Amino acid sequence: MAVDLEKLLRPVDHPYPPFEAKFMKVASGEDMVVRQITRDEVPDLLPHIEPLLHVERDYYDIVAARVYAELLAYYRHRVQDEYVLVAQIDGELAAVVNGRFVNPDVGMSYHTLALRRGLRVGAHAFAAKMEYHIDIAKQKEVLIVAESPIGFRRWMIEYQLEKRFETPHELGGVPSYALTRALFDRARNTLVVGRRPVPGALLRKAQAAILPPSNPPKPPADPLAAARAQGDPTNAAVLHPPPEKGKGA
Amino acid sequence: MREVYVVGIGITSFSRLEYPLSEIAAYPAMMALADCGLAGVDQVYVANMGAARINRQTGLASAVVDTLSLTPAGAALIENGPASGASAIKEGFLAVASGVHDVVLVTGAERMREVNNLEATDFVATLSHPLAEYIYGITLPSLAGMFTRLYMERYGVTSRHLAMVAVKNHDNAMLNPFAHLHQKITIEALLDSPEALTNNPYVAEPLRFFDMCPVSDGGACVILAAADVAKKVKRPLVRLAGVGQATDTHAVQEREDPTDLLAVRRAAAKSFEMAGVKPPDVNVAELHDAFTILEIVESEEVGFFKKGEGHLALERGETRLTGRIPINPSGGLKAKGHPVGATGIGQAHEIVTQLRGEAKKRQAKNAKVGFTCNFGGFGNNVVCLTFIRED
Repeated sequence: MAVDLEKLLRPVDHPYPPFEAKFMKVASGEDMVVRQITRDEVPDLLPHIEPLLHVERDYYDIVAARVYAELLAYYRHRVQDEYVLVAQIDGELAAVVNGRFVNPDVGMSYHTLALRRGLRVGAHAFAAKMEYHIDIAKQKEVLIVAESPIGFRRWMIEYQLEKRFETPHELGGVPSYALTRALFDRARNTLVVGRRPVPGALLRKAQAAILPPSNPPKPPADPLAAARAQGDPTNAAVLHPPPEKGKGA
Repeated sequence: MREVYVVGIGITSFSRLEYPLSEIAAYPAMMALADCGLAGVDQVYVANMGAARINRQTGLASAVVDTLSLTPAGAALIENGPASGASAIKEGFLAVASGVHDVVLVTGAERMREVNNLEATDFVATLSHPLAEYIYGITLPSLAGMFTRLYMERYGVTSRHLAMVAVKNHDNAMLNPFAHLHQKITIEALLDSPEALTNNPYVAEPLRFFDMCPVSDGGACVILAAADVAKKVKRPLVRLAGVGQATDTHAVQEREDPTDLLAVRRAAAKSFEMAGVKPPDVNVAELHDAFTILEIVESEEVGFFKKGEGHLALERGETRLTGRIPINPSGGLKAKGHPVGATGIGQAHEIVTQLRGEAKKRQAKNAKVGFTCNFGGFGNNVVCLTFIRED
């Protein structure tokens, strides 16, 4: 009986073309691989996402929580035509992006989660996701929302997305915007990068294991953290009584 | 005039700090008080540029002195654009040198990340000429872009030289736990790779993304004291030996030669003269590299190199940590960060750390004379400080 119910609960995926892996050099001089993962790799990914649920900064907590749920939904066949791309630097997870194909013409962008900051890895991964919809799946447009100010600047402003406020987005909440083929063509030369094919050794390293990020996003900085880490540099200092009052008051 | 010593220093991480502005100013002050072991001060100066506009807080000095439980010490805010920090140190210097006060605490703080980058850029642009520049949409990056274009044409500076400054200062920041950007970068990725234009897009041509400093929160503090107090405090004796300030036209277009940063030249000369040293005597310097071009040009204007030859010295590695005159060992504004009102005090913090020999992996060799250049406006109000290790 349970098997029969599973037939009802599990959507049937359509045969969309796969995303061919690509690579690019990021500002640090490292090569980053962006590739599509299979369902079998999701359990390797989840432990690297979970710690971000507790980072109350730049909306990492909410985005990580939703990505975690979307990854589980993909793993357990609960969303139709979902896909997941990962960006890896030296095997380490640098970004996760996902979405799904609503129909042959319309894509639905879900989330972009950058685990390395300052290298535009999130922007590169998002561009790869749009490339998947527009260039590879030949869709006409992708519906996009932003949950953070950073996302709004990166997608709505940099790509100059069109408003689709009348169209609900599957993530709910904020109004929908759309990336059309024309907008993607305009951004192609400046925002969309990457080379194919990925050199064999580079791709094999990425496929071998999704390693945890060595410097993941952290909770807000303690302003004294660096000073504390250095220990007390004042061993020689002695406490003096306050200088005589009267001059400065 | 009495001699003035830096007896205590403190600093926060330059980053994004989610604490009230008055606490960002108070934390480094607490560190500085602990550093020197003093329990009270006569006067507090607080350097800040954006409290009223960005943080909707006025009377910041009153808040800070109370947060620190330093009442009834005097307290005043010093706002002088991005040169607020060194300007506040100058006021502290005058107060001690004149004999009015024995101990002055100078702390600076900024919390710019409370607003988005567009608002932060606009906020900084308000220091430009309101009628000749600001109303036409000028921003500091755009002024710096035009300046850089002129400088490149006249002196042969290239984008590669600018990237060399960025790479050097990012490398230095990797050694500084307080720095905002702990991120190595490479010239290949910034200029030569097929992805260079995306990794490092033009912001104000010819300046690109990695030619710009980040928008930072942060605080820094120095405590200045007269000689008798300094000798009781058992910390290395670092004297604030020279203070120079100079101004230039508010609107850059009114300058006879826009590629001359006369205020830098004059402020540095005053500072060196007061200290009784010359540029070749300086062992380590912090220059105001809000844009990479400024490190090169300031290194010439203060007298470390001949005009138009700063980029050649950079090529020779003379400004690296291991070079003849290490510049921006902290990472500079470019990578350590630029919380505008606190920046000049952050520079002083680094130089005192260097002169004390406490800079660890980023320690400049034989650092006895240190120098800072804090650049306000687009070079219209500059404060230079010279520090000497005495014992």
